[in-house]
Amino acid sequence: MNITQFILVAVVKIVLAIWLLLTAVAYTVWLERKLVGHIQNRWGPTRVGPFGLLQPLADGMKFIFKEDLTPPHVNKPLYIAAPMISLVFALTSIALIPVGGWVRVAGVNTPLEITEVNMGLLIILGITSLGVYGVALAGWSSNSKYSLLGGLRASAQMVSYEVALGLSLVGVLILAGSFNLREIVDAQSGTFWGVIPRWYIFRWPPQIVGFLIYLTAAYAETNRLPFDLPEAETELVAGYHTEYSSMKFAMFFMAEYANMITVACLASLLFLGGWHGPVAGPAIVRAVLPVFWFGLRVFGFLFLYIWVRGTLPRFRYDQLMAFGWKFLLPLAIANVIVTALIVALRS
Amino acid sequence: MAPVATPFFFYLLSLLTLGSAFLVITRRNPVHSALALILGLLAQAGLYLMLYAPFVAGVQIILYAGGIMVLFLFVIMLVNLERAQREEQFNKQWLVGILAACALGALFVFVFWKGSGLFPTSLEPMAEASNTQQVAELLYGPYMFAFEIASLLLLVAMIGAVVMAKKRI
Amino acid sequence: MVGAQYFTGIDYLLSLPVILLTLFALGILLIDLMIPTEWKWMNAATALIGVLFAAAGVLKVQLVQRELAEHGQRAEYAFMHSLRMDHFAIYFTYLFLAGAALAILISVRYLEIEREHHGEFYALILFSVTGMIAMAAGFDIVLIFIGLELMAISTYVLVGFLRSDRRSNEAALKYLLLGAFSSGIFAYGLSLFYGLTGSTNLGDIADGVGREMAAHHEHATPVMIIALLTTATGLFFKIAAVPFHQWAPDAYEGAPTSVTGFMSVAVKAAAWAMLLRVFVWGLYPLRNVYLPLVVFVSVLTMTGANLAALTQNNLKRLLAYSSIAHVGYMLLGLVAFASVEYPAAVTDGFRGILLYLLVYTFMNLGAFAVITSLRQRDVIGDDIDDIAGLYSRAPTEAVLMLIFLLSLAGIPPLAGFYGKYFIFLSLVESGHYVLASLAVVYAVFGLYYYMRIANAMFMREALDPSRLPVSAAMKVALGVSAFATLFIGLFPNSFIQLVTWSLS
Repeated sequence: MNITQFILVAVVKIVLAIWLLLTAVAYTVWLERKLVGHIQNRWGPTRVGPFGLLQPLADGMKFIFKEDLTPPHVNKPLYIAAPMISLVFALTSIALIPVGGWVRVAGVNTPLEITEVNMGLLIILGITSLGVYGVALAGWSSNSKYSLLGGLRASAQMVSYEVALGLSLVGVLILAGSFNLREIVDAQSGTFWGVIPRWYIFRWPPQIVGFLIYLTAAYAETNRLPFDLPEAETELVAGYHTEYSSMKFAMFFMAEYANMITVACLASLLFLGGWHGPVAGPAIVRAVLPVFWFGLRVFGFLFLYIWVRGTLPRFRYDQLMAFGWKFLLPLAIANVIVTALIVALRS
Repeated sequence: MAPVATPFFFYLLSLLTLGSAFLVITRRNPVHSALALILGLLAQAGLYLMLYAPFVAGVQIILYAGGIMVLFLFVIMLVNLERAQREEQFNKQWLVGILAACALGALFVFVFWKGSGLFPTSLEPMAEASNTQQVAELLYGPYMFAFEIASLLLLVAMIGAVVMAKKRI
Repeated sequence: MVGAQYFTGIDYLLSLPVILLTLFALGILLIDLMIPTEWKWMNAATALIGVLFAAAGVLKVQLVQRELAEHGQRAEYAFMHSLRMDHFAIYFTYLFLAGAALAILISVRYLEIEREHHGEFYALILFSVTGMIAMAAGFDIVLIFIGLELMAISTYVLVGFLRSDRRSNEAALKYLLLGAFSSGIFAYGLSLFYGLTGSTNLGDIADGVGREMAAHHEHATPVMIIALLTTATGLFFKIAAVPFHQWAPDAYEGAPTSVTGFMSVAVKAAAWAMLLRVFVWGLYPLRNVYLPLVVFVSVLTMTGANLAALTQNNLKRLLAYSSIAHVGYMLLGLVAFASVEYPAAVTDGFRGILLYLLVYTFMNLGAFAVITSLRQRDVIGDDIDDIAGLYSRAPTEAVLMLIFLLSLAGIPPLAGFYGKYFIFLSLVESGHYVLASLAVVYAVFGLYYYMRIANAMFMREALDPSRLPVSAAMKVALGVSAFATLFIGLFPNSFIQLVTWSLS
């Protein structure tokens, strides 16, 4: 592969991935409104297009044409930078997420991800951990008490739950022995006795505890209900984005949903076997089917996200902190110790 | 593919590190200083990547940029910035400080100029994939005891913070 | 199993004292939660038992080493050469444990008077000793540095332990800032040595530096000089040698008095152990380069500290300057060591330093114990006026204090004399007549300011003529230190043999 080809392939993949992600973000919003509507015995959006399917487009237009208001007394550079920081870090992590095996297009072999990095998982964790700055700075630079409280809550909450989140993955890492997402997924191919897939939640020692911890901590990391205290509307108006309007608000919105998709992708890759599933048929179907299986898992997680949002009430702040430090963290450490012990005694 | 334009990236990252370090001490607003420090730490992570140490780079981002600096910012956000901004930023001895820093800098430049051949020029570039394993083998090999003592160090720092800061113990 | 082939039983056995101390420190933290305020002295008892167990652990290490030696095996290194439990380390470990035990004994009543009696205090002392052992026994600069930081952070907290006292807070802050700064300089120097030699192990560093020196006709290269200067600066900071001593009087004055005692003996001994490890084991090939530096610093230290001590009216400050002055004398031992060839040098200069540290532990902690007992509910008791007329208030203590002071001044036949004697002797042997006579002159200065305290105790009227209450633990501490000061002075031979053994 020469340098022109390399750049061409990279650009095509970047454009495709961003386009896919943004579309997914838009339709996750639609899905959420629709599902929550049904959970609450309403219809959700129905007017724009069939089943309201064009609603995201209309929302986008609305955001663009709204007046972009910058309140006085804000710290202007940071006020403008904060939503950008949020969105940039939310979109960057998709670069390292593989959605399928290798494909051969126009004579070029390429993996189905923007770039393959050996330390993929570590770098994704690093990038998501930087996302907190967008929220914290938005809260601080808005120069408003609701925003500041939201920003403070966000930084404390995200730092706290990041610890449990990171530790919940260690069990999988011990079993896989690699930070490379592709290797981790490939280690989960095949089945036991032709029935049970060799996903890490079904392996010995099973990572089901780690999976549940990851799931819970991921809700807190993405500031979703029941952990959406940074933007708790009953107490803080809208939390850290109280003072934002128009496209800047939309950027926070998109960042939140992009983060949801990223953590859903990670959960599928690490615990549920990534893109592995039954594959049959002609070559083109064989190529597309894994991507479909992967998408199905991600969809399942997003569905769960919205379901939880429609069902559970919000935590109180002290409950949130106590839960994170006194329950999730010890559990995650216990999971690491048990997994490590079993692996060490087995070898 | 072989690495391309390494000198360019090295100088870019070094410039970023130095520039942000300069901003950290000259900005009046502590939030801006903290942000500059974060930028510096990220540039440093880039330098680690260039040294074929991706694990160290990743840990640098997660721990320093993503963890410790968030707590820094958390504390700064609670500080009364207006009062802090009115206070004098540098004390009276800044001239002496600059002179000392320049003398030290000149000394380093001299040493670099006279003795650049004395350092081992380059080590074998290590395979990127095994970086994590190499770190682990060192940590649980020759540095095992130091690693354990370091855990005590963190414990003592924690006890110390509680003892010094808590109203009633 | 991959891990099992790395470490064997001997690795864990050699770290037995560290393991025991850590367990006891953690135990104190847990037990402290369950005992009521009036039973807090139990923590001190637990800590003392911990120290005893650690001493037993060291003894066990010694016995095993002897047994292995009979089979022709040497068991000094552990954990892949990062830990070295040789006689030097064992000697210093005993020294730290003795200092910690005495400090614990004199702390109990003092902390009750200050109303800051918490179990964390004793846990921190034990953690601090753990760090010291890592410094003395560490044969890898990473381990030495982490041990240093463990000791230093514990000590910062101990200095600021009187949380409602502004002086204590100020002292802790100053100590923390300067300590962190000097650690940074020290680490910088060490990193340069790592860059020059490609290893963090002291033995490999010595080999690498030796090779570099041989390659450049025994001249140090500029990089090496910077590395040596920064390392030495860090080390001189830690032993509080002039001109890096400014933190010491402030930290000593503000700290709880029992902690001041602990700092002036155990922490100082640990810093010395580290300095000797680095200078003697790691940088021996550079000895001709650092010799003038050590001469310069030691003269400056003796001059600065002895002159400053003359005018002090605060007892803790005075003893702080006196302890800086003692550092100056001990540095002369290093001068003697560095200026002669290897086998001869080991005998006197080096032995002098070790013996000095041993006797200094007992006489200085004894003096601080007396000052500690001056603290009453409404008297801070660290001024020279507070010790006035001590003879009429507590005659035994006054006499003991006199013994400690005379010993500090180096009057025969007390222990302090032998410390100075060996160092001055080694100076004369290595041909440094000027330095030796200078040191003797400064010893006379020392006698003057020590006698100022004695004068106040015996000749002046007490401000408060009531009898001074002395707790049982304090009596034990005073008795042990006084006995050691007299015994080492009267029968020095076995201790000289001990010191010689520790260098074999």
